[in-house]
Amino acid sequence: MTALRRVKFTFPPGLITRPVIYELGQRFQIVTNIRRAEVGPDVGWVVLELDGPEDQIDSGLAWVEKQGVQVSPVTGDIIEG
Amino acid sequence: MPHVLALRCRECGRDFPVEPIYVCDFCFGPLEVAYDYDAIQKVISRDRISDGPSTIWRYDDFLPVSREKAVNIGAGMTPLLFADNLGRELGLNNLWIKNDAVNPSYSFKDRVVSVATTKALEFGFDTIACASTGNLAGAVAAHGAKARMRTLVFIPADLESGKIIGASVYGPTVVAVRGNYDDVNRLCSELGDSRNWAFVNINMRPYYSEGSKTLGYEIAEQLGWKAPDHVIVPVASGSLFTKVWKGLHEFAKMELIDGVDTKMHIAQAMGCAPVAQAFLNEQSHPKPVVPNTIAKSLAIGNPADGYYTVNIANESGGSAVAVGEHEVAEGIRLLAETEGIFTETAGGVVVSTLRQLARDSRIGPDEQVVALITGNGLKTQEVVSGYSNPIEIDPTVDSFDELVMGAATS
Repeated sequence: MTALRRVKFTFPPGLITRPVIYELGQRFQIVTNIRRAEVGPDVGWVVLELDGPEDQIDSGLAWVEKQGVQVSPVTGDIIEG
Repeated sequence: MPHVLALRCRECGRDFPVEPIYVCDFCFGPLEVAYDYDAIQKVISRDRISDGPSTIWRYDDFLPVSREKAVNIGAGMTPLLFADNLGRELGLNNLWIKNDAVNPSYSFKDRVVSVATTKALEFGFDTIACASTGNLAGAVAAHGAKARMRTLVFIPADLESGKIIGASVYGPTVVAVRGNYDDVNRLCSELGDSRNWAFVNINMRPYYSEGSKTLGYEIAEQLGWKAPDHVIVPVASGSLFTKVWKGLHEFAKMELIDGVDTKMHIAQAMGCAPVAQAFLNEQSHPKPVVPNTIAKSLAIGNPADGYYTVNIANESGGSAVAVGEHEVAEGIRLLAETEGIFTETAGGVVVSTLRQLARDSRIGPDEQVVALITGNGLKTQEVVSGYSNPIEIDPTVDSFDELVMGAATS
């Protein structure tokens, strides 16, 4: 089953120069569509949409996290005190 | 009548219909309610507000739903108290405490949830939901009960059971999700997108967050229709911070107050201070952190409105403080001992922030300051359990005189 998922990637400084999003598209059957992004000296973030089979998106996001990228919903944290 | 024009993207400015949506289809920026201020100006006046109910619904001209069908359990119009004793301790002669701990479910969340629940009913939802570790759960459960809606509260499975007793009594379905904090966030995000529920801080977020503006309105009204020189706001997602600012500016735009020259100060605890740290490090975007703080009600490591909060703190000439974890309980006790107000951990963070700002002379002694106390101390009693130290005596007057009066006079 194909799905669309909107997520935010936050990159630590050591990963800012690595083409993680390109690799994600190469390794998994996912089309990545960047909507907003900012790269600063200490942190970089990208808000993007992922389009592909649901299992590929799940596996892809797990791989991205394993590389050290933080993956979160575009809403930020939902659990509130 | 609500004077709503559209939902507007805070990033690209595109307009969207007033529906249960929360993110811009184009840039994925957050959506916010946009109002027809010309229409509001035609009807609004200080008298119109003063003649309204003693709840947040007196401000419904500035809310996305009208008071006629409000899910109302009495949120808002909480006391603004002159804090002379605490002020003396801190060297502040014009200090005020906005005590939102006395809302119906004992936190400011009643304001936002009252608006969200009302809007959810208007949209035709029969289910309301949230993910929470405390205050929000209580507010959603209480308003869900009043609205006769099916109510779902998601919590991390390892949450201490005591944290949700206050919510459980209202009869919601409490779902304890096995997994870590991120797992719960992810699940709720997916459910929020895929189920036909009103998830208060997902698809209802544009409306939900508007409820926080009423804190700004009340402060201005209770000060005699003026904005204070400083406001100290506890920051979790940052939504409250941005909406208090928006509320003050809307009042100024409608000429209900003369203007806004208010410095907005961010209060966080060291164990989860992404927004304060971004401000202090002169970064615009907070870097997400894994929360490790006793101030659980502020434990949002990836704050949705962090960027906007930093902007406002800068724009207003405000500042930020990340108080030490040990200062949280100190702040709770200081407020209790000086003003007779028992607050939860977020309030402790605010009082300790206030103390730091006064010490650093970032607040002048005669400037008017309002500190927001957003939750009740009975919710986090364990944090101050060390202060409980009864003097044990025998049931005799001699024992009383020796052990109590002796201790009292020594």
